Amino acid sequence: MAEYATGLPIRLDHVSAAPGGVPVLEGIDLVVEAGGRTVLLGPNGAGKSTLLRVLHGLIPPSAGSVVWGYASTRPPGQAMVFQRPVLLRRSAADNVRYALDLAGVIGSEADARIAEALDEVGLRALAARPARVLSGGEQQKLAFARVWALRPEVLFLDEPTASLDPAAARSVEQIIADIHARGTTIVMTTHNLVQAKRLADDVLFLHAGSITERTSAREFFTAPRSPEAAAFLEGERL
Amino acid sequence: MNTLSESLVLAGGLVTHFDAQLVDIVVLSLRVSLTATFFAAYFGLPLGAAIAVGRFPGRPTLIVVLNALMGLPPVVVGLVVYLLLSRAGPLGSFGLLFTPGAMIVAQTVLITPIIAALTRQIVADAWAEYREQLTSLGAGTSRAAMTLLWDTRYSLATVLLAGFGRAIAEVGAVMIVGGNIAGVTRVMTTTIALETSKGDLPLALALGLVLIAIVLLLNAAAHATREWARARFG
Repeated sequence: MAEYATGLPIRLDHVSAAPGGVPVLEGIDLVVEAGGRTVLLGPNGAGKSTLLRVLHGLIPPSAGSVVWGYASTRPPGQAMVFQRPVLLRRSAADNVRYALDLAGVIGSEADARIAEALDEVGLRALAARPARVLSGGEQQKLAFARVWALRPEVLFLDEPTASLDPAAARSVEQIIADIHARGTTIVMTTHNLVQAKRLADDVLFLHAGSITERTSAREFFTAPRSPEAAAFLEGERL
Repeated sequence: MNTLSESLVLAGGLVTHFDAQLVDIVVLSLRVSLTATFFAAYFGLPLGAAIAVGRFPGRPTLIVVLNALMGLPPVVVGLVVYLLLSRAGPLGSFGLLFTPGAMIVAQTVLITPIIAALTRQIVADAWAEYREQLTSLGAGTSRAAMTLLWDTRYSLATVLLAGFGRAIAEVGAVMIVGGNIAGVTRVMTTTIALETSKGDLPLALALGLVLIAIVLLLNAAAHATREWARARFG
């Protein structure tokens, strides 16, 4: 069960974004409702990662507005896992503890959550190991343990399995499914269409900084509405 | 050549027999420079981290000035501190001039920019890597700065060693504000300068050997720390 219930739905109204002065997103209207698993698809440079960061409040819009629930500033209860996990130079358990401390969870409650989270991702035996000497797959799992312990209302994932071998990627997919099963809304990007089919409830397709369609995953993969999405899927098949 | 070899033999004797005068000078040098390094770290580490993580008007100018101050001439620092601490100066009432306290002040002024500037660079590099993750987790600017200081602690240990090395090896500032008073403010570098001018080469050479040994030890310690940290923490 998610810890907070204040930051959904997320509403983007005519949002543009130009990180570093380079226009990436243009006129995005979007509502992210609670409970779903939305996968952002699109070719490289379409703006998927930028949109994810705007939704998470890491990149301010250059135009338009973002509203989380009723707030114009990002509320607590969100988390994000990046393609390359950034872990602190301390033990695996202390990486989780750091995130909990920032969220105001300390003491025995933090201890319990750390143990539970490391169990969930299969890293309990490595709790005392320095995080940065773990393998790539273990580091990404630890990033998910951090998220698991935080119990976010919404979780953003930026190509979370792109750097992993198939076995580790499958393991991470299961963790994502478990997190969603606890009531966390998932918004993620991926270039893996098979993974998108497995994980998505609905698909949001971006092309050149604009959303060209948002449909259920079943409809998207069988009968995409926009010619850009159809061409993208055709290209992937090739 | 004979003078050099004879002096080296005599210097070796002073070192191996722990000559009392030599030991006093070395102990005072270490006390002054270690204390100065402590205060420079106290001011320089948070200053460097704050400049690395913070965003405020004039930040680029401040970075340029800080980097430039790394090259502060010790004699200029000594002169400025002398003017501040002299009886007619604004800090004259403290009575620090020609005491080890004045030497600590001067060395602190000299190496704080070095520690702050190198800290800023190291923390800024780490911030580029950590920024999104720490922001995502909800870390504010000050918490992020503290986190980065801790996470880069092994690199920063090297910075502190560099600061200490600069402090213990300088002569101009401590000569001016300390006065090179025997038994009171005479440290290794000022003694080397004085004894060389007097022609007493054995003591100057002995202190030179100790100074070089300290610098070598510092570099070995810095290298070992970095290698150990890389293997242990990644």
